[in-house]
Amino acid sequence: MMPAPARRWLFAALAAALVVSWFSASFNRYYLGVAIDVGINIILAVSLNLINGHTGQFSLGHAGFMAVGGFIAAKLTLLTTLAFFPVSLLVGGIVAALAGIIVGVPCLRLRGDYLAIVTLGFGEIIRVIFQNSQAFGAATGLTGIPERTTIFWTFGAAAVTVYVVTSLVNSTYGRGFVCVRDDEVAASAIGVSPTRYKVTAFVVGAFFAGVGGALYAHHKTVMQPDGFNFLRSIDIVVMVILGGMGRTAGVIVAAIVLTLLPEFLREFASYRMILYALLIIGLMLARPEGLFVLKKRKTAGA
Amino acid sequence: MDWFLQQLINGLALGSIYALIALGYTMVYGVLRFINFAHCDVMMLGAFAAYFLAPPKAHIFPAESYIGAVAIIILSAAFCTVIGILIEFLAYRPLRRRPKVTALITAIGVSLFLEFTCQHQAVFGAATKPFPKLIPEHDFQHGPISVNSNDICVLAVTTLLLVLLWWIVRRTKVGIAMRAVSFNESAAALMGINCNRIISFTFGLGSALAAVAGIFYAMRAPGIEPLMGIQPGLRAFIAAVVGGIGNLPGAALGGLLIGLLETFAGGIPGLSNYRDGIAFAILILILLFKPAGLLGKAQVEKV
Repeated sequence: MMPAPARRWLFAALAAALVVSWFSASFNRYYLGVAIDVGINIILAVSLNLINGHTGQFSLGHAGFMAVGGFIAAKLTLLTTLAFFPVSLLVGGIVAALAGIIVGVPCLRLRGDYLAIVTLGFGEIIRVIFQNSQAFGAATGLTGIPERTTIFWTFGAAAVTVYVVTSLVNSTYGRGFVCVRDDEVAASAIGVSPTRYKVTAFVVGAFFAGVGGALYAHHKTVMQPDGFNFLRSIDIVVMVILGGMGRTAGVIVAAIVLTLLPEFLREFASYRMILYALLIIGLMLARPEGLFVLKKRKTAGA
Repeated sequence: MDWFLQQLINGLALGSIYALIALGYTMVYGVLRFINFAHCDVMMLGAFAAYFLAPPKAHIFPAESYIGAVAIIILSAAFCTVIGILIEFLAYRPLRRRPKVTALITAIGVSLFLEFTCQHQAVFGAATKPFPKLIPEHDFQHGPISVNSNDICVLAVTTLLLVLLWWIVRRTKVGIAMRAVSFNESAAALMGINCNRIISFTFGLGSALAAVAGIFYAMRAPGIEPLMGIQPGLRAFIAAVVGGIGNLPGAALGGLLIGLLETFAGGIPGLSNYRDGIAFAILILILLFKPAGLLGKAQVEKV
């Protein structure tokens, strides 16, 4: 996707979100809720894809950033009841981005498995902090958050996420992400600073995860620290892997499918994670480039 | 002082369990250069194997006897050895020449598969089950300090296993082959070492240690459930990194260190809530200031 059509897509998506939200009052509340879930998961998966896919830094702590955004935004809304909703979203995102800097900077020197474990650790630490801070309701979390998330805000935010991530990766600056992923040593040899790109990816990814978390908080109206554990991160990782790492369109499809599927297969809920696990293993063995990818990317991965 | 000694004993017992698990992580990392995420679930399977073999379930061994406990531990370890070798053969071997991140994702997949299959109603179920007593328990009181006989057993068996492992790795032919594969796989193959067999052996050995650790962990924990491996597994992995991954004495040292720090922090009122985060905080500090670990050697990547 070149930048110009990307912008056109952005406006189209925003307009569509606005139009749909205009009529959303007449929709079934259940479908509306599922649709918002889909939008939030698109935001989370696409933002994680920037870190895991495009930049090749395997992060397992996305739920942590989501929790930061969600708790901060929810607290803000609860404290100042009149706060304009986008302000909550933005503040949630910005605080999550700050968390992204804190996580990103120590992770500079780590690769592969180390990074995965450290991000997992950060996610857990964030959860433990929320679990123990009285200001955020400790283990019970925050309840009674006003329901502010609408179709418009969700899909508007999703469109902005997709737009920012794709145009960032496709920009001159953004080729560096792919460069760092393919060969860090070669990247630094030609003057692309892996450190800077990794931190940028973490900060941008964390920002949108924070926005996603804020939307989630104002959608479910409750925030419990336990809901943001390792498995929540895995949910998002599965979307990215299934969609194809570094393939935004595939990841969006995966986010939609993996959100809708459990709704249709309620009676098989106990098999969901087993199925995910088998999907991961099978994909890695047979089709590591992802399930929802039509053709192999042209650049050769090293 | 009494408080200190009490925590020291508890910490050593917990730390030696972490050390046993950490050895499995570090050995696999040594030969294959990736983290076997499923290792902690092998540990869980070890505990469950013991649960089903234990006297209340299967009437094979006399209840609460040392002979029975030893037999149960050996059988569970054998079971986990088979599981470990199977996991390597089915999931990791086809991926050996692929990028490392593929193996990592697969390992996460295997881990989730084991956890959620076991959690399914038809297998073990998600509920916590009380772990039976395998050996007679005593509390030795020495003034204000009380020492549980289980803890002494844990420490003794761990020490024994560490010595045994050290002997295998340093003195036996298969141990030398293991170190050779870990040093340079293709050169080892050229020297006539069957690398596949050595890697299987490494997985088996690590899984056997994990089974023992699982049983000890279950003896100290309130009960066993399919997700019981995650927390000790993460800490043991951290222990392996803190000690220098790929380094056997480092893993043992790291395990003891994490166990001690966690126990001491758990005893301090303000810090006890943050127990879960402490191990990770240590990990992050170590990676920042000494990325190769306490006993590891820094490696420069050659292009």
